[in-house]
Amino acid sequence: MLDIKNLKASVGEKEILKGISLSIGRGEVHAIMGPNGSGKSTLAQVLAGNPAFDVTGGSVSYDGRDLLDMEPEERAQQGIFLAFQYPIEIPGVSNAYFLRSAYNEIRKARGEDEVDPMEFVGIVEQKLKLVDMDADMLNRSVNMGFSGGEKKRNEILQLAVLEPRLAILDETDSGLDIDALRTVADGVNKLRDTSRSFIVVTHYQRLLNYIVPDFVHVLANGRIVKSGDKRLALELEEKGYDWLVDDVASARAGAAIVGAR
Amino acid sequence: MSSQIDSLITRDYAAGFVTEIEQDTLPPGLDEDVIREISRRKHEPPFMLEWRLKAYRRWLTMKEPHWPNVHYEPIDYQAASYFSAPKTKKPLGSLDEVDPEILKTYQKLGIPLTEQKLLAGVAVDAIFDSVSVGTTFRDELAKHGIIFCSFGEAVREHPDLVEKYLGSVVPYSDNFFAALNSAVFSDGSFCYVPKGVRCPMELSTYFRINAADTGQFERTLIVADEGAYVSYLEGCTAPRRDTNQLHAAVVELVALKGATVKYSTVQNWYAGDKDGKGGIYNFVTKRGKAYESAKISWTQVETGSAITWKYPSVILQGDNSVGEFYSVAVVNNKQQADTGTKMIHVGKNTKSNIVSKGISAGEGNNSYRGRVFVSPKAEGARNYTQCDSMLVGNRCGAHTFPYIEVANNTAIVEHEASTSKIGEDQIFYLKQRGLSAEQAVSMIVSGFCKEVFKELPMEFALEAQQLLGITLEGSVG
Repeated sequence: MLDIKNLKASVGEKEILKGISLSIGRGEVHAIMGPNGSGKSTLAQVLAGNPAFDVTGGSVSYDGRDLLDMEPEERAQQGIFLAFQYPIEIPGVSNAYFLRSAYNEIRKARGEDEVDPMEFVGIVEQKLKLVDMDADMLNRSVNMGFSGGEKKRNEILQLAVLEPRLAILDETDSGLDIDALRTVADGVNKLRDTSRSFIVVTHYQRLLNYIVPDFVHVLANGRIVKSGDKRLALELEEKGYDWLVDDVASARAGAAIVGAR
Repeated sequence: MSSQIDSLITRDYAAGFVTEIEQDTLPPGLDEDVIREISRRKHEPPFMLEWRLKAYRRWLTMKEPHWPNVHYEPIDYQAASYFSAPKTKKPLGSLDEVDPEILKTYQKLGIPLTEQKLLAGVAVDAIFDSVSVGTTFRDELAKHGIIFCSFGEAVREHPDLVEKYLGSVVPYSDNFFAALNSAVFSDGSFCYVPKGVRCPMELSTYFRINAADTGQFERTLIVADEGAYVSYLEGCTAPRRDTNQLHAAVVELVALKGATVKYSTVQNWYAGDKDGKGGIYNFVTKRGKAYESAKISWTQVETGSAITWKYPSVILQGDNSVGEFYSVAVVNNKQQADTGTKMIHVGKNTKSNIVSKGISAGEGNNSYRGRVFVSPKAEGARNYTQCDSMLVGNRCGAHTFPYIEVANNTAIVEHEASTSKIGEDQIFYLKQRGLSAEQAVSMIVSGFCKEVFKELPMEFALEAQQLLGITLEGSVG
């Protein structure tokens, strides 16, 4: 459903993604791992269409459509969801109003009728249980005064309500204690099905104990340096990233020497 | 990265149409004869003419104020016409006799004047080019002893009340524009709520400017007698024209002992086009006087006008009186606003609360100007001011001019201010959830203004929110 080919992206002059290729099929869960600064979050942001990043090369096809040509809201309406690493605060806007507006926009894009506030309460109540959240969260301003864990759970609540076809989780585990991590992972697992794909961006293997991926890719210095199945994550847990990063560095050094000749 | 919040397009001003109707308009120019003619046409008692002439003579000695942080070409006061009224053959007996074109105008603006279709629970006085064309629910209100009519009628039918209270809050000598208004005002709304009566419905005045090249000078006087309560709404629109029009209204509120007056405005005068051509100069004096234990509350949502110069104020005359000011002022394109409030603490244990939200987009310039004054006798006075500015894009301006004078050392005065910018990250977050850039901005701004919107009556809050969306349309690209 998602086909990334040689994707390059930069912020200002600095190139961060240096040619990523990755194919994601329907219902698959792909984990993207890598050291800090490897470009994991950038990949997530670029797929969601954050204008802060310039795409400088490559292509991304989403169900046969040119994803890079779509506005962020269009991507969202077509079923792409990004759970933010740092969810944004919107003062004065209630979580319920925000969620319902988003839900209705996505329904409209699917040619479905909008729901009114009363109907929406019914829909969202079911989903609250999924992430173990109280209904009073709905009346609070979006992410305002939320603890780190509440913010992450709020992202998963949105994921549950908006029912995307491709969910990208950007370091959803960061800043969570083990109980919160389990709650969030349980929520995600309940949302896994054969038609919904996931990209799980994480620094640590820990999350992948709970959300078990079909594929694991290691990103280093803007490139995928290794791909494998869930065992790769365990290997990384044991050995760290250095062996992979060093491999790449020496390989590139070799290439440079070849090029110099 | 400001690319996203950068380009500006024209916005749509739905109320910008002109009604084709025969108008009875005085030739341009202003002198004592013009004032006598206005008074004659309005069949006013002698005290009214005397008052107008005194105001005019005073006005001649005054200078147009140039201290506000706004800029405009000098106004030629002799070029405008000072009276324009829709032509009618005879005085109107009922709403059925109102010119159908005018009825249609209000229909188009969403203000139906035919009683069957009235907004439930809102009585409307419709002012068309400074002349009241109809007041609804009058009989119903009369049952409670409430007088709600055009100012002109009040002058003729309740001269004692008018003479007693007119100018008691805003004297004709108050300022240049108030003096001009006092000399030439053509109509407006009058309301009197008797002792202990709680007005059973929202009262509303809907101002519509139609004629070209006329100045608009309405006068509103609201008196809540002891223990009375009234909530008043004001709406305004004008056609899209490429010349500037002066609107210099005066609103006086009187809240006697224990009374409450709540006055809400949604101001949507034509703001000019994106290059700053045309639009209304809204130079308005609004003030209330609160007697013992009385409360006056101003809520305003200012989205229109090329220039806004307006400081709805409260004189906290009586002990334990309360003054409130909740304001949202939005400027886009080349609009300028210099607005705020004055809270004058005279009585003991008086309280005032100011919440001002300024939003600047495009090349708009927004100034908050406020004065909190605590007199030597105002023991235990208390003021809290919160003044927040939000910037959309990087070509607009926000300014704050708070003046605080405290002459009593038992007073507690607090001022908080903040300036924020709509974040690209906020917009992206909302877009990632499926909202368009404009919906995103509208949502962020509504959230920013929430404290003010919740002070508005329900129907008005919705209208205000929509207006805000329209005003900011095109402020992100």
